[in-house]
Amino acid sequence: MSEIEARQTDAERRRITPLLPVTDGRDGGLVFTVAVLAFIACLAVIAALAADRAAQGWTSDLSASVTLQVRPKGGDTGPEAAARAAEAVAGVKGVVEARALDRKSAEALLEPWLGKDNIPQDLPLPQLVTVDLDPKAPASLASLNAALATAHLDASVDDRQRWMSDVRRAADLVRLAAVVACLILAAAAGSVIAFATRQGLAARRDVVEVLHLCGAEDQFVANLFMGRFAVLALQASAYGALAAAAGGAGLRLLGGSDGFSPALPIAWQDLAICAGAPILAALVAALSARSAAMAILRAQP
Amino acid sequence: MRYGTSPDVLRDISFSLAPGSFHFLTGASGAGKSSLLKLIYLAQRPSRGEITLFGQDVGRAPRDALPALRRRIGVVFQEFHLLDHLTVFDNAALPLRVTEQRTDLYRSDVSELLQWVGLGARLESYPPTLSGGEKQRLAIARAVVNRPDILLADEPTGNVDHAMALRILRLLVELNRMGATVLIASHDEDLVARSGMPVLHLDDGVLTRQPPRSAPGRDTAPS
Ligand SMILES: Nc1ncnc2c1ncn2[C@@H]1O[C@H](COP(=O)(O)OP(=O)(O)OP(=O)(O)O)[C@@H](O)[C@H]1O
Ligand SMILES: [Mg+2]
Repeated sequence: MSEIEARQTDAERRRITPLLPVTDGRDGGLVFTVAVLAFIACLAVIAALAADRAAQGWTSDLSASVTLQVRPKGGDTGPEAAARAAEAVAGVKGVVEARALDRKSAEALLEPWLGKDNIPQDLPLPQLVTVDLDPKAPASLASLNAALATAHLDASVDDRQRWMSDVRRAADLVRLAAVVACLILAAAAGSVIAFATRQGLAARRDVVEVLHLCGAEDQFVANLFMGRFAVLALQASAYGALAAAAGGAGLRLLGGSDGFSPALPIAWQDLAICAGAPILAALVAALSARSAAMAILRAQP
Repeated sequence: MRYGTSPDVLRDISFSLAPGSFHFLTGASGAGKSSLLKLIYLAQRPSRGEITLFGQDVGRAPRDALPALRRRIGVVFQEFHLLDHLTVFDNAALPLRVTEQRTDLYRSDVSELLQWVGLGARLESYPPTLSGGEKQRLAIARAVVNRPDILLADEPTGNVDHAMALRILRLLVELNRMGATVLIASHDEDLVARSGMPVLHLDDGVLTRQPPRSAPGRDTAPS
């Protein structure tokens, strides 16, 4: 190697020598802690998304169908009345399909209580019509009642609204719990990053003081620490987020196409949320490093 | 001037240094030499009184005006304050680096300066591997790399033998010839006498001016 080449490599090395030590005794522990917190926070968000989807599933399943109980009057037999009711509501906007339940299906519904083959042939069974609603724009109960009245049918629409609202409330509660858990975890991760950053910075007080005495502006010193800790948090939380994404993918694969189970339906796109964790962690670290550096600097004259 | 609630370390001190002058600052250990230098290099604010540098009252200057002033002052600290994780080159270049100058603009200047203080072969070494005298010279190189108007040195010969002390003294005199106002705190009476430079003497927080000492080793009683 010629002398000129040697000088050039020297020069390149010098240009990138960071003013802050690259290796710092505390960094191993800090990286691990931040990674673990990012991992847990990502899993919590994935679980929250899945819980939200599950809750949505419950309520949409419920509101997707309504049952009519038809009481035959006039000359109609039960099945005739049920058939006419199905026809009447089928035309209502927001109804996808209406089917009269035949006797066999009705018996099947009673089986859990009366047992198979124990149902007397002449037992008067309620005439039921299941109405599948458009899940996006379900027909209102009022419009169904109006259609039945026009067809001169005596039928009651099974009023699920009351207990459906209970289910909705439960679903909302699940969502809220998931969001609160995420927020608490994010806050914990943030404060640990902030704390660790301040610790690391206090350990570098000597650097701060020397740079200060050499005429560095506060902004210059603060930027050094901001960059340093932002990169550290970015890397560490990327490890955690990747691990969480891998975990989520594992659950997704285990659960087959329906997700882990109907209770926790993870979607592939949920895993993308993990990409946000490193950015958030870097932001928190940058801000706390800045405020910690400024606090040390302001203590200097 | 005082630290916290302690008694005054320095009081009733009034002096001015002519631009381009060279003075020694003497006094017993604990007399307040370092404290006086700290006031000048703006690491301490006076509890009372006025400090004027470059025609500006720096004692009351706003914080954000200080970095620009510090850049005109080179300091050799009593404890060096070198950064152990930076190479000799990077330590010496620190005052330039904090001004965000491009490395390729000053690389040769810094190398030349380090050559001049006898560290040309140690550019890529780290301070913990340097001897006391080498650290001292590195601290001096860092203090002057910026071509400061004022050069303050706190015991710059405290860690070296007599021959090295004389070499460092010659270096400081040379810098003074190049235009810097120099103030050196030192215990080394022999060195002070050999230099033939005027002396500021601190005793019990009070400063007195003394003429250059003529004979080596002669101690002038403070008035
Ligand atoms: N940071 C500090 N906090 C409190 N007191 C201090 C501080 N620095 C110095 N002092 C006190 O101020 C007085 C003067 O100290 P200073 O370091 O200025 O003396 P000096 O003349 O430089 O001594 P030496 O020759 O030993 O370096 C001493 O009594 C010392 O205890
Ligand atoms: Mg001292």
